[in-house]
Amino acid sequence: MSLLAAASATTTFDVPANVVFAVLAVGMVTAAIRVVTTKNIVHAALWLVVVLGGNGIVYLLLQAEFVAMTQFLVYLGAIIVLFLFGIMLTRAPLGRSDDLDNNQRPLGVLVGVVLLAVVGFSLARQWGRDTLSFAAYQGGGAAGGNGRTQALANSIFGEYLIPFEVVSVLLLAALIGAIVLARRD
Amino acid sequence: MLLNQFLLLAAVLFCVGVYGVIVRKNGVLVLMSVELILNAVNINLIAFSTLWGLAGQVFALFVIAVAAAEVGVGLAIVILIYRNKRSIDIDELDELKG
Repeated sequence: MSLLAAASATTTFDVPANVVFAVLAVGMVTAAIRVVTTKNIVHAALWLVVVLGGNGIVYLLLQAEFVAMTQFLVYLGAIIVLFLFGIMLTRAPLGRSDDLDNNQRPLGVLVGVVLLAVVGFSLARQWGRDTLSFAAYQGGGAAGGNGRTQALANSIFGEYLIPFEVVSVLLLAALIGAIVLARRD
Repeated sequence: MLLNQFLLLAAVLFCVGVYGVIVRKNGVLVLMSVELILNAVNINLIAFSTLWGLAGQVFALFVIAVAAAEVGVGLAIVILIYRNKRSIDIDELDELKG
């Protein structure tokens, strides 16, 4: 990431970062469309891996290394495995199946396109030519080391300590709830 | 890099996820589409955190934790539906319809 850090200071590394972003964006959108259109439910889970991994690399491009690593560990390591378990426990058709979609495809396309047009128009109006300066990351934490992760830790365990504790209680409740729901009596 | 390229990528992923939630009939696939939506929101949070400080990254971490909880409980519910009805077609869950 030192290359990208230098890029933000001199803006000469913008071109490779943009190339990486373009490749990622095309791949992620393609994979996301495959997730919602493929006829094979296991393939949908595997395309979801591409989207979630691409998300992690986008976080790296945005210099959020800790969130990127959390994304790889939690999503690619745990959630995909949960999905594959869910697919197998519900005896979903493992091969091709034509029975995964309902008959609302025109409505879905309409809602998606209209939503994208509205959101895209307002984003283009509001954030037309704003560039990423990474200004908010400067001067946080110790110099030389990874100051951003240190600042993030200070932020979580300082300013956001109570929300953090609430999230941990929520995770515990979800764990107990999942066991209670899924166990056979 | 422009801020907008990240926001527009997130908007496209969000809309694809909404399409999936509307169109898919299988419960597990609907949960996957919800994951697409949550990830799109995370891209937005982190893109804005480059401008306005680390709060965006903290909230992205919270979203990841809540998404993990959501998938755990959601899949437990889907498995329970499967056990009771031998099918996870969401369109067949219409007992509340009069």
